[in-house]
Amino acid sequence: MATSPRRGRRHPLASIALLLVGLFASGGAYALFTGAATAADNVPSAAQVENGKALFAANCASCHGLNAEGTKAGPSLVGVGALAVEFQVGTGRMPMAGSGPQAEKKPVQFAQDEIDAMAAWVASLAPGPGMPDAEYLSGGDASNGAELFRINCAMCHNVAGAGGALTEGKFAPNLHNIDPVHIYAAMVTGPQNMPVFSDMNITPEEKRDIIAYLKFMDENGSVGGLDLGALGPVSEGLFVWIFALGGLVAITIWLTAKSN
Amino acid sequence: MTVATKSKPSRQPSGAGMRFVGGVANYLDERTSISTAVKTLGRKIFPDHWSFMLGEIALYSFVIILLSGTFLTLFFEPSMTEVHYDGSYAPLKGIQMSAAYSSTLNISFDIRGGLLMRQVHHWAALLFVASIGLHMLRVFFTGAFRKPREINWVVGFLLFIMAMAEGFTGYSLPDDLLSGNGLRIIDGMIKGIPGIGLWISYLLFGGEFPGNDVVPRLYMLHIMLLPAIVIALIAVHLVLLIVNKHTQFAGPGRTEKNVVGSPILPVFAAKAGGFFFLVFGVTMLIASLVTINPIWAYGPYDPSPVSAGTQPDWYIGFADGMLRLIPSGWEIVIFGGTLSLNLIVPIVVLMVFLLVVAAYPFFEAWVTGDKREHHIAERPRNAPTRTAIGAAGVTFYGVLWAAASSDLIATHFRTTIEGVIVTLQVLLIVGPFIAFWLTKKVALALQRKDRELVLHGYESSRIVRLPGGEYREIHTPLDEFEQWKLVSFDEYQPEVLRPNARGKITVGARLRTGLSSFYFEDRIAPVTKPELESASQH
Repeated sequence: MATSPRRGRRHPLASIALLLVGLFASGGAYALFTGAATAADNVPSAAQVENGKALFAANCASCHGLNAEGTKAGPSLVGVGALAVEFQVGTGRMPMAGSGPQAEKKPVQFAQDEIDAMAAWVASLAPGPGMPDAEYLSGGDASNGAELFRINCAMCHNVAGAGGALTEGKFAPNLHNIDPVHIYAAMVTGPQNMPVFSDMNITPEEKRDIIAYLKFMDENGSVGGLDLGALGPVSEGLFVWIFALGGLVAITIWLTAKSN
Repeated sequence: MTVATKSKPSRQPSGAGMRFVGGVANYLDERTSISTAVKTLGRKIFPDHWSFMLGEIALYSFVIILLSGTFLTLFFEPSMTEVHYDGSYAPLKGIQMSAAYSSTLNISFDIRGGLLMRQVHHWAALLFVASIGLHMLRVFFTGAFRKPREINWVVGFLLFIMAMAEGFTGYSLPDDLLSGNGLRIIDGMIKGIPGIGLWISYLLFGGEFPGNDVVPRLYMLHIMLLPAIVIALIAVHLVLLIVNKHTQFAGPGRTEKNVVGSPILPVFAAKAGGFFFLVFGVTMLIASLVTINPIWAYGPYDPSPVSAGTQPDWYIGFADGMLRLIPSGWEIVIFGGTLSLNLIVPIVVLMVFLLVVAAYPFFEAWVTGDKREHHIAERPRNAPTRTAIGAAGVTFYGVLWAAASSDLIATHFRTTIEGVIVTLQVLLIVGPFIAFWLTKKVALALQRKDRELVLHGYESSRIVRLPGGEYREIHTPLDEFEQWKLVSFDEYQPEVLRPNARGKITVGARLRTGLSSFYFEDRIAPVTKPELESASQH
């Protein structure tokens, strides 16, 4: 079943066709957006959706199926919404580098307009979480966010956002220097092993507060000096044995060395 | 050197200053007879070896802890009264927290030099326990705990325990999320003790955990009771050190009856004083460059959140590791109560481990039956079984220690946490045996190498042809100083099982001879004088 699309994708003219589709789509989209830049975010054009479908067929369909219906290798994406695509593709997790305990971050493989196109197509399949309004991505109350973070996030991501281990080789990544939209998307869509924090659970305003707290930590750095990876007592203990005690032992050897 | 300065009185200032010093000294001496003490103490000799300065690191870091801790007490508020934070750190503004946490935040952000002092205090505390650990290892592996120093070993051991207690109580004072999680684990362990656990927990916390009393109580322990005990133990430790004299490594002119080194006054005192400032400098440098325990990132304690990657400070790590390595589900329900073997077993294992450490000198003295005094420190290779036992102990401790960071090992080395735990569980049991076997082999091999060196010298890489046509490599003999170090050590023989005065062979005697042959069956005899002489003939 999966062989016919594969053969189609490997047809000698496929890349040329794709390139043409891409050029038409981006050119068309450019003309469209420069004309009416306002409501373009929420209402994708038909061309964008078509482009997204083509990109999806070329890059995602081998695991997720041509119609995003899912295969043995990957889940169905019907109803995951544009935001899930933005998170997975926008952080480089998808397309996945290889099968493993979980998809890991890597350099982003697509341009933003290509990601938007795929998101638009996936969103057109069934309703799902869409892009958040810009007002929920900045501003916010860091101290409320910090408290929410400790209660809802710290058990996996560590209280200082340094990340932590999960079962079977899976892990909660560290949360330093993450794009606000991806923090928001992770809470809404619950990627990989993360639970979904719906708007009933944590309201968009509270999500904004959490983003504000994480951004505060990114911007203000460590006030006490080198943070040793913000890993807490383990790295502190290693540091004291290796550098403090190691350095002092070197000094004792120096002090008791016989002069030549 | 001191004689030389005394013989040139003309260079001493003979003005009013000198007369004043002389007068004061005289005044004090007439009332306290202190000159006798200064004379005796000043003439005490300390041998020179780098490993003899590890205890000094511990002593000096304790002084640093006292100084920086005094600063912190001026501003720390040991109270669990609820307040709303109103300091400089934005992400905690308006948050409800205890006065203890709030005042620690103020020390960190709003009091000049406060953060530096906190970091000095905490780094020095980690260094204190680490240097005690290394000092204990030195004493163990050189056999410096043998008669007459067994008591001082126990005093030192108690200092190690007290230092851990000091550390843990201090770690819990800021009432931040990390330390609260740690306290919760201790609470859980206490509650796991059958029968009395719950009572002790309620007594300690003044009711249900966390209550409102634990911080002031820990504060009392941390700044009054425990430091008093530590200072008293240090005093005893140092007095015993002076009474017993310091050990020294074997060398020409060094015997069981003398100590070769520098006198306390002036050489050793000057060196030690300088070393204090070096320790102080290193601690300050680290404290000013590297952050430690950033409590503002952890937030105030609240029993509901538990952070991933919650670890204690390194010296409690072995206990945390033991908890992590116990298989889950070790619980038995009897008489309507739960017997938490997954807590009782770790507590028992840790207690037994610590007791073995404390009692080892007495055990070894019993096995060897050696009643002599020992002032010459042994090289670890010359006591292969003891060294191997030590290596096994270090491995056991090390595996427990590593287990406390099992989650970080898993994430940083890209492996599964289950795999890490199972590996460490196996290593905890198998590792000490492997370490014992390997260390003993290595120690015996090193002894053989020493023997070879003493008898045949170094290979010089110079090959000569003898008149008969034979080729031979020239060996350079060791010089006498080197030789001395390699040949002078005690040799123990396994005991032979003999009936006692009443003609009976007791179980204890059997056990002792068994252990004695376990210790001394495999041994390399030191080179004897005739062997040396015959070796130097050719």
